[in-house]
Amino acid sequence: MSASVLFDQPGPRARRNQLIAGIIGSLVILAILGYLVYRMYETKQFTARKWSIFTDPTALNSLANALINTLIAAILAIILSLIFGAVFGAMRVSHNAILRTISTVVVEFFRAVPLVLLILFVFLGFADTLQSISNNLGITTVMDNAGLGKGQGALASLVIGLTLYNGSVLAEIFRAGVQSVPRGQREAAYSIGLTRSQTLRKILAPQAIRTMLPAIISQSVVALKDTSLGLIVGYGELVRQGQLIATGYDNFIPVTIVLACVYIAINYSLSRLAGYLSKRQARTKRLAPVKADPLLPPDTMIEIETERQLKD
Amino acid sequence: MTTTLLSDAGFSVFAQSGLTVLTSNIDKLLEGFGKTLALSALAGIIALVVGTILAAFRVSPVPALRAVGTAYITIFRNTPLVLLFVVFTYGLPGLLGIKGDHTFGFAVGALATYTSAFVCEAVRSGINSVNPGQAEAARSIGLTFNQNLKLVILPQAMRAVIPPLTSVLIALVKNSAVAEAFLIAEASFVMKGLIRDEPQALYWVFFGTALGYIIIVFAISGISRVFERKLEVAR
Repeated sequence: MSASVLFDQPGPRARRNQLIAGIIGSLVILAILGYLVYRMYETKQFTARKWSIFTDPTALNSLANALINTLIAAILAIILSLIFGAVFGAMRVSHNAILRTISTVVVEFFRAVPLVLLILFVFLGFADTLQSISNNLGITTVMDNAGLGKGQGALASLVIGLTLYNGSVLAEIFRAGVQSVPRGQREAAYSIGLTRSQTLRKILAPQAIRTMLPAIISQSVVALKDTSLGLIVGYGELVRQGQLIATGYDNFIPVTIVLACVYIAINYSLSRLAGYLSKRQARTKRLAPVKADPLLPPDTMIEIETERQLKD
Repeated sequence: MTTTLLSDAGFSVFAQSGLTVLTSNIDKLLEGFGKTLALSALAGIIALVVGTILAAFRVSPVPALRAVGTAYITIFRNTPLVLLFVVFTYGLPGLLGIKGDHTFGFAVGALATYTSAFVCEAVRSGINSVNPGQAEAARSIGLTFNQNLKLVILPQAMRAVIPPLTSVLIALVKNSAVAEAFLIAEASFVMKGLIRDEPQALYWVFFGTALGYIIIVFAISGISRVFERKLEVAR
């Protein structure tokens, strides 16, 4: 680790000290983990009864359907958020003061309010309407035949809540991206006679989307993780299905371990993709520093921070 | 309730009845926000401590500690908070042999565990933002890693880290609303109950509760801005 500025390349004595610190640290961590495993053994978490559920085809099928439900909610939410983000992001950089004000109010409101509150609001107020729309369109029948449940009112509440929140965050990301494009580009576009909207569509937006791609992917990870909030409205996604199984078999620990692995596998790959894209961009293109904004969610913030460091 | 009888009489009566539901239940909502703040404050303090220690792990020269830090981040940044809530409130009490109703404590634990990972990343990004020359100078006058981190890097990193840390704390307050699903009577739970009992007050109760969260969020970012200005250094 000679790359770190915090310490020198270790000599023999430092290496010995580090080894001792490493061993002590590992022992402490192992003691904590060992205690948890011991308690798991004591409370009979390793018995076949608590794990056999994962070999039962019916349970596996219900978990697979729940995973599909999670992905349906996530994909719908991400697509709609991107549209919402593009529209409101464009409004935020518009020259029309009214459009700018509307978009600012909407974006700031939905970023400051907890997602749980938004989902509950839509669900308690409009779930029945949303469900009957879904019934009329035949979506409920299709999904029910596929074994995915009849909770389209809950699904719609979840997706609308996620769209309002993630869309607002994406609008901010989009705005930051447009503003990071060098001024000269805009001036050049005007000078060859492009209108404002042409400049935004043809010159600024494509570059903004490219610079902001890592942040957009991180935001998708956030959206995917947040679909688990479907639990609060009874939507049959992964965590809720897991909870139902765990309540029946009293095996919360095994179920959590399995579900966490699924989420980590998906989200970690997406995060790696975001990291890869961000690194590739750092090589080809210099980013203007994005001003740290405390209202952006932590995931996105960290992404932006990393990009700024790459640039420096 | 008279409101239901009058609801046909016109929009103004309709709207007023919703407002009445909000104003007459304001004490319940304030109590809910008290719980929201208690949850967030306790989880926030624990997360700040644990997250800073983890960040020190992640930049330390000891490979084993770095691995622990990385593993923690990877696991808890990618697991949904709701899943942590499920295992903390239903699984852990049995596992650790804790009896009685400690839902609030376990909710704090779930929030703190999740938030620590983000605090760690925020602090680490702050450490990375300190000019390398500072660390080199500290090393050249003979400071050890611990001294270097404690006396030179962390004090400066903490300044750079205020904006990302603020975003983590704001996210924490908003995330505390998840506790609603685990029957903790915080603000969102109170809102749900009020709307269930008085559906006609949907908009009033929602915007009233939303306003409460917005005030908290703006208070946090206001305080952070004051700190940022106070601690600002000429570079």
